[in-house]
Amino acid sequence: MSLSAKVSESSRYTAAHSKVYWAIHDGLVVTWRDLIKLPRSPDLLVFGLIQPIIFVLLFAFVFGGAIAIPGGGDYRSYLMPGVFVQTIAFAGAATSVGISTDMTKGLVDRFRSLPMARSAVLVGRTLADLVRGSITIALMSLTGLLIGWRIEGGFDNAVMAYALLLAFGYAMSWVGATIGLSVGSPEVAQTAGFIWLFPLTFLSNAFVPTQGMPDWLQPIAEWNPVSAIVAAERQLFGNPNPFADGSTLPQQYPILVSIMWIVLLLVIFMPLAVRRYRTATTR
Amino acid sequence: MRATDLVKRFGSVTALDGVSFEVEKGTVTGLLGPNGAGKTTAVRILTTLLKPNAGEAEVAGLNVVTQPDEVRGRIGLSGQYAAIDEDLTGRENLEMVGMLFHMPRAVARARANELLVRFDLEQAGDRPAKGYSGGMRRRLDLAASLVANPEVLFLDEPTTGLDPRARISMWQVIKDLVKDGTTVLLTTQYLDEADSLADQIVVIDHGRVIAKGTPDQLKREVGGERVEVHLLKVDQIQQATSALQFLATAPITSREDCVMVPVTGGGSSVVEAVRALDADGIGISEIGLRRPTLDDVFLSLTGHTAASEEAEAPRPRFGRRRKAA
Repeated sequence: MSLSAKVSESSRYTAAHSKVYWAIHDGLVVTWRDLIKLPRSPDLLVFGLIQPIIFVLLFAFVFGGAIAIPGGGDYRSYLMPGVFVQTIAFAGAATSVGISTDMTKGLVDRFRSLPMARSAVLVGRTLADLVRGSITIALMSLTGLLIGWRIEGGFDNAVMAYALLLAFGYAMSWVGATIGLSVGSPEVAQTAGFIWLFPLTFLSNAFVPTQGMPDWLQPIAEWNPVSAIVAAERQLFGNPNPFADGSTLPQQYPILVSIMWIVLLLVIFMPLAVRRYRTATTR
Repeated sequence: MRATDLVKRFGSVTALDGVSFEVEKGTVTGLLGPNGAGKTTAVRILTTLLKPNAGEAEVAGLNVVTQPDEVRGRIGLSGQYAAIDEDLTGRENLEMVGMLFHMPRAVARARANELLVRFDLEQAGDRPAKGYSGGMRRRLDLAASLVANPEVLFLDEPTTGLDPRARISMWQVIKDLVKDGTTVLLTTQYLDEADSLADQIVVIDHGRVIAKGTPDQLKREVGGERVEVHLLKVDQIQQATSALQFLATAPITSREDCVMVPVTGGGSSVVEAVRALDADGIGISEIGLRRPTLDDVFLSLTGHTAASEEAEAPRPRFGRRRKAA
């Protein structure tokens, strides 16, 4: 068959596999598109990595001496899981900006006029952001090891800890995608994607023990999904976890509650984002 | 391809107000109109990017509302602004589109290569597209719309913003495509572009079709070419009008120092006009042959010129869900 005949067979190729197969295939093609750009703008990657490292160092050395962990324990060991979760949550904001930037370009019209899966642009972007997030977490782990953080819960638990962390990051990417598709411009997405993450990550056990918070704030921090994830990370890494002293569900079963949060976020935000993408048009 | 009574409203703005037209397989139709007339909206509905509020549309025999995926498999779209990924190379852009048409990787790769050669982008093929010139971007964008050999090709203002040289070479590319049997719907603000490329012209204004026909029919309707003479002495208008009467194919009109004579003879009419005026001793400050422009078409069809139109109709912000009215 000639090349010209082969390229005209699009509908036959599509018919050869199921919708699910092509949804995954198309998602991976877009992931590839987002990932081959990474090494082309190394400055972007480098600055993206520097920020979380600065966070680690600032918290460890500035707050480290001032914060006592109930029940004892080293603040740096306590801190690392908190910064991991904060960093991966902020990856969602990067997704907001990325998607919103894509939407301002004509490229999205091309994508929407192709017989590809409607979810592919979002699956691709979120998966690429997941890869970026993994690189960041790996580098932060090294920084943590240098300042005295240790994995003390065994290999299996550490694998689970990283898996849970990345799963949470992936769920947050879909939240970010929904925000990015709901605002008018990348500039707004920059702010809208970030601003709610500060209270979300600071009103939790990520940096300070919840025991020291005012009484009215404690329940909020205890039920904050970020607290559950951070507590699960501390438990799995074998780091100090005074959060476990409490009696609420997230304090007693942080891993289970974390998984529930992640599933809930994905179930709500994946369809929401895809629906917004379908009806969205370029500006 | 057939559009029947298409209506599209964005809030209180009616972008399309009952647009109907048909395009024969293998022909080129030019959708002609000023900015904000509804051209792009019509293209976006026919390419499944927008749903109409009312009316029906068929592309390659498929309903754009109920069979969007099938339609997408058979069309190519090249927009007003190049829909390419600037961070990818030209080759990567084309390969990606091929893969998203579900071609096996090897086929996508071979096709990308073929298109780079055909559109004279071979040299630049492995450089990121952000370094491309405007003409190169448009060519890459057009190449991307052709990856899967579409039956129907939509070109939304393919030459807007291009320099004259790039414009002419884009015309040639489009002509070659048509020779290969592709059905083309092209929007443009330029009458000469529609004239040069289209078998059929549909003129739209304010979301309505105001004229349809071949370029020749349309021009006849508008009035053909004319000789325009600017005189040195304004008081010689009467004299000039009678001297040029023998050339006129319709009543001669005049305005200030200018006499406008409808003719059919092309360039030779100008020569004859100069001789006649010279013989009568009438001084000419400027003389030329004018062909009808888009402004003339609009002036004649609607009573207003294209240039006096408001800017582009407001486009909805992305992200908002639009409820069907």
